[in-house]
Amino acid sequence: MSIVFDNDTIAAISTPLGEGGLAIIRVSGDNAVKVVDQVFAPGGKVKPDFLGSAPSHTVHYGYILNRLGERVDEVLVSVMLAPRTFTRENTVEISCHGGMVSAQRVLEAVLDSGARLAEPGEFTKRAFLNGRIDLAQAEAVIDLIRAKTESSHAVALTNLRGGLSERVRAIREAVVEVLTYLEASIDFPEDEIPPLEQDLDQLLTRAQAEVTSLIETARTGRIYREGLATVILGRPNVGKSSLLNALLGEERAIVTQIPGTTRDLLEEQYNLRGLPLRIIDTAGIRATSDEVEKIGVTRSVEAISRADIILFLVDYSSGLTPEDLELATTLPVDHTILVANKADLPPGSGFYELEDRFGEPVLISAKDQTGLDALKDRILHTASVIKVDSTQTVLVTNLRHVEALRHAHEALQNAHKALDGAMPADLITIDLHSAVDHLGEITGDTASADVIDRIFANFCIGK
Amino acid sequence: MGFAQAYDVVVIGAGHAGCEAALATAKMGLRTLILTISLDNVGLMPCNPSIGGAAKGQLVREIDALGGAMGLAIDQTYIQIRMLNTSKGPAVHALRAQIDKFAYMRWMKRQLEETPNLDFKQGVVTKILTRGDRVIGVRLKTEIDIAAKAVIVATGTYLRGLVHYGLVHYSSGPQGQHPSVELAHSLMEFGFELQRFKTGTPPRIHGDSVDYSKTTEMPGEELRRGFSFRAPLPRRQQVSCWLTQTTQQTHEIIRQNLDKAPMYTGEITGIGPRYCPSLEAKVYEFPDKQSHQIFIEPEGIGTKEMYLAGFSTSLPEDIQIEMIRTVPGLENVEIMRPGYAIEYDALDPLDLKSTLETKAIRGLFCAGQINGTSGYEEAAAQGLIAGINAALAIKEAEPLVLKRSQAYIGVLIDDLVTKGTREPYRLLTAKAEYRLLLRQDNADLRLTELGYQLGLISDPVYTAFLQKKEGIERLRTKLKEEVIPPSPAVNEKLSDLGQAPLQRSVSAEVFLRRPEINFNLLSEFISLNTEEIDPEVAEQVELQVKYSGYIERQQDQVERFLKLEAKKIPPDLQFESLHGLSSEAREKLARVRPESLGQAARISGVSPADINYLAIILEQRRRGRA
Repeated sequence: MSIVFDNDTIAAISTPLGEGGLAIIRVSGDNAVKVVDQVFAPGGKVKPDFLGSAPSHTVHYGYILNRLGERVDEVLVSVMLAPRTFTRENTVEISCHGGMVSAQRVLEAVLDSGARLAEPGEFTKRAFLNGRIDLAQAEAVIDLIRAKTESSHAVALTNLRGGLSERVRAIREAVVEVLTYLEASIDFPEDEIPPLEQDLDQLLTRAQAEVTSLIETARTGRIYREGLATVILGRPNVGKSSLLNALLGEERAIVTQIPGTTRDLLEEQYNLRGLPLRIIDTAGIRATSDEVEKIGVTRSVEAISRADIILFLVDYSSGLTPEDLELATTLPVDHTILVANKADLPPGSGFYELEDRFGEPVLISAKDQTGLDALKDRILHTASVIKVDSTQTVLVTNLRHVEALRHAHEALQNAHKALDGAMPADLITIDLHSAVDHLGEITGDTASADVIDRIFANFCIGK
Repeated sequence: MGFAQAYDVVVIGAGHAGCEAALATAKMGLRTLILTISLDNVGLMPCNPSIGGAAKGQLVREIDALGGAMGLAIDQTYIQIRMLNTSKGPAVHALRAQIDKFAYMRWMKRQLEETPNLDFKQGVVTKILTRGDRVIGVRLKTEIDIAAKAVIVATGTYLRGLVHYGLVHYSSGPQGQHPSVELAHSLMEFGFELQRFKTGTPPRIHGDSVDYSKTTEMPGEELRRGFSFRAPLPRRQQVSCWLTQTTQQTHEIIRQNLDKAPMYTGEITGIGPRYCPSLEAKVYEFPDKQSHQIFIEPEGIGTKEMYLAGFSTSLPEDIQIEMIRTVPGLENVEIMRPGYAIEYDALDPLDLKSTLETKAIRGLFCAGQINGTSGYEEAAAQGLIAGINAALAIKEAEPLVLKRSQAYIGVLIDDLVTKGTREPYRLLTAKAEYRLLLRQDNADLRLTELGYQLGLISDPVYTAFLQKKEGIERLRTKLKEEVIPPSPAVNEKLSDLGQAPLQRSVSAEVFLRRPEINFNLLSEFISLNTEEIDPEVAEQVELQVKYSGYIERQQDQVERFLKLEAKKIPPDLQFESLHGLSSEAREKLARVRPESLGQAARISGVSPADINYLAIILEQRRRGRA
């Protein structure tokens, strides 16, 4: 937990987590409007400074985009400028589809754009400090902060599971050691500080890789909580729904249906030998003039961008059509599986062109339930290629930790850049200290006294 | 009681802290008396004959920028000067000088003698006189009482000083001076708990008995600017230092005689500085190290005495001579003064406010080693601040508290009064959060305005400072406005220099950000009258431009830091009654009594939750009063 006492911009999900119909992400602080502007596409189009020029207390329809520019959710955004807000600061509230998943993703997008995750009770605290709520409420605020920070501390500590703290400590330790050396050579230029044993460049590369792999586990963690987004895609009538039913048919008992977070797309949970999948059936993709069908097609195309795995379904009996070939060009190579349905019928024209792109097609018959095991093997194989390893221990589950790791990664990257740019030691230490601080946020270790104590423990100082 | 004389300020002690304190109060127009045990030891350097180095060099520049004396004194009496750390970044360049100790003392004594409003006397203070919680004067050993509105205690290592030579020990100040015993008792009567610290010094040897051919010469450098911004550095013939090292034989002798080392026999209970260990401690703690560096440094020009840096020891005198003679070049050396350890009393600096006034007694200020620090520079910096604040208090003006983001002096004093210290405190650059902003080259830009407002900077010095400042602004504007086009001529020059060509027009400022372009090269691309531009102006601009990315980042951090510093905690807040605080935080806060939320946050054991809680309490009180 950091000390929170500026008007920097904070964000949090302000509705109770659960299965509510709507969730609200509240953003408050000097830059609240600017932060949301960067991730908000009004009516689906990117318009810079759209919210910035909006009048106070207005509501806007649009999409939240993640840092890759992909749509995260369809939302309503309320802009409320200081001082007529709960916190008396600029405030933006984003209403998105309910449920943990979309609220979390919207929050992540806002954090990526420069907000900081709010501390427990922080909105209420700001409301009080800015004179919004009265004296009688102050006691309640104090209780809230006390109780919430303590319980969140307790949770934070128990959250450090599966050796996360050991791994973070090990990275931090390596950086502290370098810092100790650099600081000793700066503060004691005439003492004999033995040369650093490791190569700084290598050490930074390793530390960055370690932090990245921890952030990766957060992604794996998300996939395990939410399921690997597996999108069934193809032109109309190739048997997409039959495939879905064929896959689910065997294990109906463990299937739960989630109320659609993406309308018109049918989404089913499916456990494939321990790997949770969210199988998403899409509307058939084709050029159409029908308005209603157009919307369905648009949604399907969007689903591509969010997919972890794409099952690209074609018709074995009729062979490839020009529509298939066109659709194929929009699909990513590394996580698309080419599936040819209706293999119980005589084959149509060859799949050579697509084989080059996606590898050998998996032949199935949804009707006869054949070829499904081979398809499952391919799904598991593709999951491992895109680094979803069912044996990997999920270490990072907490958004706050992900935030700290990202900051640490950025600091290490900057230090590395400074090193490559032949910047002097003094400047490299600035980013290294910052990395140590961010890693310490996870383990609760504080820095600078550490370094100074170590200088004296490690080196014989004293002219 | 009747007072023989009355002053505004009495300063006890004429070491580095006392001299700065007295010069400051006198210059600020207050009738000042400075008392010393011996008039022959003004500005004495009882240990190494050098000033400056990492963090310490920055401190001296800051003292100078505020109008203190130390920088001028060094520049007038140095016998060797060097800039250390030049390859490690602009913020950690560290100026270090070897001093003629005797010339330094004469120069400082003369300053005290010549400064108006300042009386300078030999005398031993035995008691601080108070009425209620207010200081009213001092009593001398000669049973004379002197009235004062403020008293500044700058007694160094004299308080109940106890020197050790092997197993022999006796009551003494440093270098055979009288210790100050009664004054320690007088301070204890106010409820201050004194702690026991230890420091040591190496032997001094006869220079003619050294075989320099077995050592490495370490000469000085020609520098344009010394420690003072206020006067040019006088050029002079510099003398060298000499480097040699201990041998396995030296270490063997130490190991065999550890039973005679008071550090290890339990004779010494005081806590010593980790950054300045005795040679026996180095050999004991780092047994694998084959040898330790020994620097032979002259104590002055008119003397043959040499200081053996790195050879601090409190082993018996006969062992010392045996040890030294195992060092290459020192086989036939003669010791003139043996090394020794000294234990002394120091205050717990948590008893001080950030003005260096004691919390218990109004008008009583403390500065220097008595506050638990070590080092001439740390002492002088505190002396200056204690003097300034004593004067401001008498004038009923706002006190001067430098922030951690403003000066190393701020870091030093804030560390002392917020964290206390359990060992002799030494400033390090690693202790400053905003090191890149606190450079030695910009100390004047940070502090000279303040020094002028306080009356410590003279008009001509201030005018020159303003000129420099304007020069910097002019040059920065020019660099912003000048455009360098990607013309064939420009790119040809760049390719001659082995550098990447320009793709499009850039301002001279952006151009200067290229790591390989410096100010001199820049003048090949735009019209700069380099001869007319003050080299220090050029240096400033180059640094500001080159490191602007980092500098801006630190400035952003400073802004956040200042917000928390600006949340003042009223002095009457009863931390003991705030049950929302953790019990550890409650106890620590009650002891330190921080002046702002920012300071509270720096106390170990005070958590962010405690700070959030305090913020709410403060707002509650504010509204309760409104």
